[in-house]
Amino acid sequence: MIVADRKPIEEIIEQVKDCKKVLVLGCNECVTVCEAGGKKEVGVLASALRMYYANKGVDNRVDEITLERQCDHEYLEEIREKADQYDAIISIACGVGVQFTAEKYHAIPVFPGVNTCFLGVTEKRGLWTERCQACGQCILAYTGGICPVSRCAKRLLNGPCGGSSKGKCEISKDTDCAWQLIIDRLKAINRMDLYEKLFSIKDWSKDRAGGPRKVIREDVMI
Amino acid sequence: MRLNYPASVKIIRVPCTGKVDVIHMLRAFEKGADGVYIVGCKEGECHYKKGNYRARKRVEQAQKILNTIGVGGDRVQMYNLSSSDAPLFVKYANEMNERIMGLGPNPVKLKKKKAA
Ligand code: SF4
Ligand code: SF4
Repeated sequence: MIVADRKPIEEIIEQVKDCKKVLVLGCNECVTVCEAGGKKEVGVLASALRMYYANKGVDNRVDEITLERQCDHEYLEEIREKADQYDAIISIACGVGVQFTAEKYHAIPVFPGVNTCFLGVTEKRGLWTERCQACGQCILAYTGGICPVSRCAKRLLNGPCGGSSKGKCEISKDTDCAWQLIIDRLKAINRMDLYEKLFSIKDWSKDRAGGPRKVIREDVMI
Repeated sequence: MRLNYPASVKIIRVPCTGKVDVIHMLRAFEKGADGVYIVGCKEGECHYKKGNYRARKRVEQAQKILNTIGVGGDRVQMYNLSSSDAPLFVKYANEMNERIMGLGPNPVKLKKKKAA
């Protein structure tokens, strides 16, 4: 999933302090799971904003809506009838949701309420860690299912650097060396032959280096 | 042991303090409460293991939010006691009551009243 973290409320207030009608817009998917932008967080932010405005003595309205997703037309259309009445929307979906909301509601300012961090997993409640950087040409088949693009600090594709020590990365002793993990796993699945194999240069044009990307699937287009 | 505690304290019973979320505390202030305190079991003695630790973290979050929006984080507090310790319960109630009396009414409530 896409992992996000809550923005400090003061940063959000700075954006909307002069607004009169604000909509806090949550998302039921990734950001709900990482407890940054779901219905519950919508409630907390909206409540805090309502009290902030009341305390300033300004008459204001802060509404709360949480959509199934903010990255699909059909769900974002659900606020079509209501959107016009707001002079700001705070989207607490990931950056994708914030942008799609802004695209759709062109004349209404849309502000991000979270910092979108990475594609990752819930290791345990309250701990999310990165697993993928959407490089566009997945090499997990050769690396024992462990991604050196996202998990090696230097994005090395041919084994560890000299800084790997006792299974940890030289950037921090809390960070596993991705290549240690890869080798451990290749051994476990008896595929150390993959470590010896030479691969051609990775096509980084499929990554961000090639500019904004698209996936086009004519077979599923309507 | 029929001990008295301040009549301003309204008790809301929850199965475990771990049930109390930030939003519950904020809503209480939105609805005009002057202070909120959570009384959990002693640390390390939670029946559900971590409920009271979670409550403490959430109280801290609520304090931060209330400070940011100018309501004042001092209006929320976490207390721990053993469930049979009535004198301590009363002591905490008095302590919180005094603190809130010192801080005065919830500013949001005052402003809303003025506006109405
Ligand atoms: S808007 Fe973002 S957080 Fe919500 S479902 Fe889409 S990708 Fe996930
Ligand atoms: S190799 Fe690329 S696509 Fe595969 S997990 Fe790593 S970053 Fe993601």
